[in-house]
Amino acid sequence: MIWFYLPVLIVLSGLAFWGGRRLATKRAARQATKAHSRPVQHGLYALIWVAVPALAALMIAGVFSDSLGHQMLVAGAPDEVTQLEPFRREAFFADAQRVGMGNTPQQIWPAPLSEYLAVEGKRAVQINRTLGAGGMIAALLASILGGLFVFTRIRPDLRARNKVEGWIGAVLFLCSAVAILTTIGIVFSLLLDSLRFFQSVPVTEFLFGTQWSPQMAIRADQVGSTGAFGAVPLFAGTFLIMLIAMCVAAPIGLFAAIYLSEYASPVSRAVVKPVLEILAGVPTVVYGFFAALTVGPAFRVFFNEIGLMLVGGPLNDLGLYLSLVQNQMALVAGAVMGIMLIPFVSSLSDDIINAVPQSLRDGSYAMGATKSETVKRVLLPAALPGISGAMLLAMSRAIGETMIVTMAAGLAANLTLNPLDTVTTVTVQIVTLLTGDQEFDSPKTLSAFGLGLTLFLVTLVLNVVAQRIVQTYREQYD
Amino acid sequence: MTEATSTIAPARADRLKAGLKGRYARERRFKLYGILAVSVAIGFLVLLLGRIIEQGHTAFYAHEVTLPVYMDPARIDASYPQGTNFELLVAEQELVRLGVTDDAEGTKANAMRSLFSSELKYRAADIIRARPHLIGHTVTIPAPTSDEADLYYKGEISIETPADQRRLSDEQIGWLDRMKADGAVRTHFNTALFTKGDSTEPELAGVLGALVGSALMLMVTAIIAIPIGIGAAVYLEEFSAKNRLTDLIEVNINNLAAVPSIVYGLLGVAVFINWAHLPRSSPIVGGLVLALMALPTIIIATRSSLKAVPPSIREAALAMGASRTQTVFQHVLPLAMPGVMTGSIISMAHALGETAPLLLIGMVSFVPGVPHSIAEPTGALPSLVYIWENASERAFHERTAAAILVLLTFMIVMNAAAIVLRRRFERRW
Repeated sequence: MIWFYLPVLIVLSGLAFWGGRRLATKRAARQATKAHSRPVQHGLYALIWVAVPALAALMIAGVFSDSLGHQMLVAGAPDEVTQLEPFRREAFFADAQRVGMGNTPQQIWPAPLSEYLAVEGKRAVQINRTLGAGGMIAALLASILGGLFVFTRIRPDLRARNKVEGWIGAVLFLCSAVAILTTIGIVFSLLLDSLRFFQSVPVTEFLFGTQWSPQMAIRADQVGSTGAFGAVPLFAGTFLIMLIAMCVAAPIGLFAAIYLSEYASPVSRAVVKPVLEILAGVPTVVYGFFAALTVGPAFRVFFNEIGLMLVGGPLNDLGLYLSLVQNQMALVAGAVMGIMLIPFVSSLSDDIINAVPQSLRDGSYAMGATKSETVKRVLLPAALPGISGAMLLAMSRAIGETMIVTMAAGLAANLTLNPLDTVTTVTVQIVTLLTGDQEFDSPKTLSAFGLGLTLFLVTLVLNVVAQRIVQTYREQYD
Repeated sequence: MTEATSTIAPARADRLKAGLKGRYARERRFKLYGILAVSVAIGFLVLLLGRIIEQGHTAFYAHEVTLPVYMDPARIDASYPQGTNFELLVAEQELVRLGVTDDAEGTKANAMRSLFSSELKYRAADIIRARPHLIGHTVTIPAPTSDEADLYYKGEISIETPADQRRLSDEQIGWLDRMKADGAVRTHFNTALFTKGDSTEPELAGVLGALVGSALMLMVTAIIAIPIGIGAAVYLEEFSAKNRLTDLIEVNINNLAAVPSIVYGLLGVAVFINWAHLPRSSPIVGGLVLALMALPTIIIATRSSLKAVPPSIREAALAMGASRTQTVFQHVLPLAMPGVMTGSIISMAHALGETAPLLLIGMVSFVPGVPHSIAEPTGALPSLVYIWENASERAFHERTAAAILVLLTFMIVMNAAAIVLRRRFERRW
């Protein structure tokens, strides 16, 4: 409904702007005084007074019209409908609305109800129409009142500029408050559903249990799926993959950064930097596809071949194990994630190494040290806090990364540190729990929010610590 | 004093010289590690892109079989042509042409039928509906081959593989070879890939639905995130007094930039879907979630380009009697605009490739067709990649790679636009 009124509102606001501007010029000319503010500012002031009340009215109408409409619908409904249990009643009204809009109902209703369906549908549409029209009339009235108010006030000595700028400041502040609202939204949405989850599964069991199988029994007499929510295997899997990723990303990223900042000629820097930027810009779903269909099979074939070679020899058992390794091992997801993190680590480290003052380098060279000695004995020790901060940030990235592990790591919650085994991670479980068939309020779906909260807190701590470290490091050389 | 430091004892000098070789060797090794690290990164990128192009390029063409069909009046009901099993009709006639006799159950006709796409039926029915007088005549109908037949023509299914490991039997492969020898098979550009929505049949599946979904989503994201992001950055950089609240906002923005994307997905599920009852898997929800994600990046980029505008500009404007607002909106912001737009475009490109939050808000479900509004369920390009990657049909693998190529093309175009903007309008002060 709001959308229909929006063009009207835009036209009205435009008229207000134009009128305010003209009126200010005219009145200033008539009184032969210099106006305090420019005509444009008077125009904007008029526009604000026409648009803001209307928007407020529309918003209030939008918030309350649903519940009001529903109350009107229930109040006027025949007894057979109102006596239905609440859940069925809602379904009936939803279907009535569908019929009223000319669609087919979702359910088949028994005899007395099916006859009411069309009547109630017509009434529902009518109520909606009335409420929508009411909202629009309210918005129009608000615009007119605001306009009347503002047009009587436009005078040369009106401090329109200050008032308009006050409004602009307030709007800008609201924009930056969105950041805080987002954080509050994240915390609350995670916390509320997690609390509901922890009502059915104790926190200690969640944090320290070693059994993860979120399949709940749907019927009471079902066997074998009681549901276990011990998240330790997920934490272990996440940690394992993060560790492998860091083993790949930390040395390669760091050496790439050292090479770029200390050795590379401008030409090779001009080539390498964009390559790293492209690598950083590739969507993670693409990395996931690559891990699942290229790296995974390649690694499996490699290990299977080694295994076949070992079978029958002194390392027969190891050979048997290797020859049965699956595509979805922790090593694949970890290695590809490590590659994904290289540009992240290298660009952060590059900044940090560049921030080390040139005088330290010059001093080292003057003492006869080679470049590598300077890097190892002077630059790295000086940059160590910053680099460790960068590594923490990369770790938090690795923990929160979702697509690569969803596509290349498995679903089996094994408690292992063997990189050739299938493990699962916190993010994979969140995705599996919240996609596919789900009923809300079951511990199975709610556990995703428990996992999300854990993930959020861990990455938050890592980020805060890392940013603190980097911050103090930067200040040290500023 | 100078005596003591400038002359080194001969024994020590020898020792230093002897060590020099080792030191230089270490130096070379160290540099080599650096080069190796960089080459690993470059090599991986080449491997990644090469593999995807190798896997995906075959999806851009497809095979079409054109066969004459005798529109048998006994089998076709002119008033209800879609009720006829045209695929079987064509298959039986083709068997006769190839001189194969079928058994009583019609197994061979069924095997032949499975080489044609179900599209054949719709095309034939459309022809009959438009021109019913063709019943009783022979019509040539072009139709896509089935996904397996297409893979065979592309050489991805080989007769050498043991018969139990491929979906086509020896007999079917023989028929396919003979049809090709007869000149009935034609290779053409796979337009279905770009003109159709998702489908359960690979040969009829396309990226258009997901592309439109992604575009609608990015539109919502841009409309919400760019103005709010610029507003917030302008406030923090130009207006805010240094106090507790603005400090809190600053710390907040830095942390939001590092929150894992999947957490935004959870926020989307809890707030936009369960609380605000916005339609699941719709571009409006996806756009809102991506907007919240993109916001910190846009704010940070805008702030740094506002910082880059020299204070002399502000001072000059203020000295001429402009108010703070006028200074910012008429002088500082326009000068910072190239940087702002570059940052915004890059963050939009990032949002385009973001997948994890979309999975949570329901964009993993199969949505055929092309969406028309921001409130309809739809797919998105990255989630389509995820869905197709999980599909069991082999023909979806090449299409997944092709969808990735489409996605990467859009990202490259956006990033290139950002670079061009930066090159053309950036001012160094």
